[in-house]
Amino acid sequence: MNTQLIVLAVFMFLVTYPSRALGLLAPAMDRLPRRALDYLQLVGPAILAALAAVNIMVVTTDAGPRFHVGLEWLAVGACLAIVAWRRNLLLGLIAAVAIAIVGRAAGAA
Amino acid sequence: MSVPPDETLAPDDALAASRRRLVVEAAGIVVSAMGFGFVYGLAARNAGFSPVEAMAMSALAFGGAAQFAAVGYVAGGLAWPGVILLTALLNARHLLYSAAIAPWLRDRPLAERAVMAHLLTDEGFALSMAHFRRLGRADAWGYWVAGIGATFIPWNLATLAGVLVGGSIPEPNRFGIDVIFPAAMVGLAVGLISGRREIVAAIVGAAVGVAVALVAGPAIGIIAGGLIGPAVGLAVPGALADERAPLGTGASAERYAMPGAHLDDKPRDGGPR
Repeated sequence: MNTQLIVLAVFMFLVTYPSRALGLLAPAMDRLPRRALDYLQLVGPAILAALAAVNIMVVTTDAGPRFHVGLEWLAVGACLAIVAWRRNLLLGLIAAVAIAIVGRAAGAA
Repeated sequence: MSVPPDETLAPDDALAASRRRLVVEAAGIVVSAMGFGFVYGLAARNAGFSPVEAMAMSALAFGGAAQFAAVGYVAGGLAWPGVILLTALLNARHLLYSAAIAPWLRDRPLAERAVMAHLLTDEGFALSMAHFRRLGRADAWGYWVAGIGATFIPWNLATLAGVLVGGSIPEPNRFGIDVIFPAAMVGLAVGLISGRREIVAAIVGAAVGVAVALVAGPAIGIIAGGLIGPAVGLAVPGALADERAPLGTGASAERYAMPGAHLDDKPRDGGPR
């Protein structure tokens, strides 16, 4: 069984952990100016939205990244609408998966 | 997902109610983590990872987007320094989460915070922050539920399942597994929105993320969206923000940060525990 990539996983941990720990372990990080906290307040929605959008709108090919339009837009959009309406993430995820299954069974890309 | 604390409830009742809500929300994240982790396991298997290598990455790096990128880069033959650099870049957003959640957890022992740090993910952050904001204070139990119960355990179990048995599933996308992660990210973002500035930050973050990703790659795009989106959101005039707690006021700061955590704020009664 190969184990070489365990070393890569350790390096990935070593470059990830500091960003997770710095705020929690550095004493000065919990007394940021109010403006900085206001900025941080908006970081979560922005990054999560960017993660989702890039995931469904950008595909990486041999020729590089390219824009993608597909059934995933409808599935994720339905999840967004349901969570905004019902405040229920589980329901939104079920709807998204159902749309993907039905859409692909019907031949949608 | 985030609502003002219910002041009609006694503290113990409010804690129990918020924990129940956290568990319900965590159930959605478990589904997401299981689905996405399984797909990661599949992808890792297809890229030539052994089970122990795939599991090591899930346990140590513990970052879905970075792990997926790493699998793709390894499969594509990118040298390790490139993979490590891109991992650092993609996971740099955790610094912002860490700084945001630190005031809530500052009274926990250092060793406990050091462990908590490893469990700080997009999902764990969003679940914990929504829970803390409902309560108006931190709740370590809630953090462990979000970090371990909702993400770490499901993610690692699903990775193992994906890398071991995934070969018997010919077309996993037929079952909608690929939409679970983006749908979960969008749902979590909605849970953190309580005003137009956050909506603007999310829309701009998404637009910038896609635009930059098309030019410079997904990892750079996500970081760019996460940095530029909030800056544009802050530029929305207060009169248009429709915030329940306008930015630039103590109410705003206390909505997101632990009460009394600011140099220019006086601690409130019933503050950090």
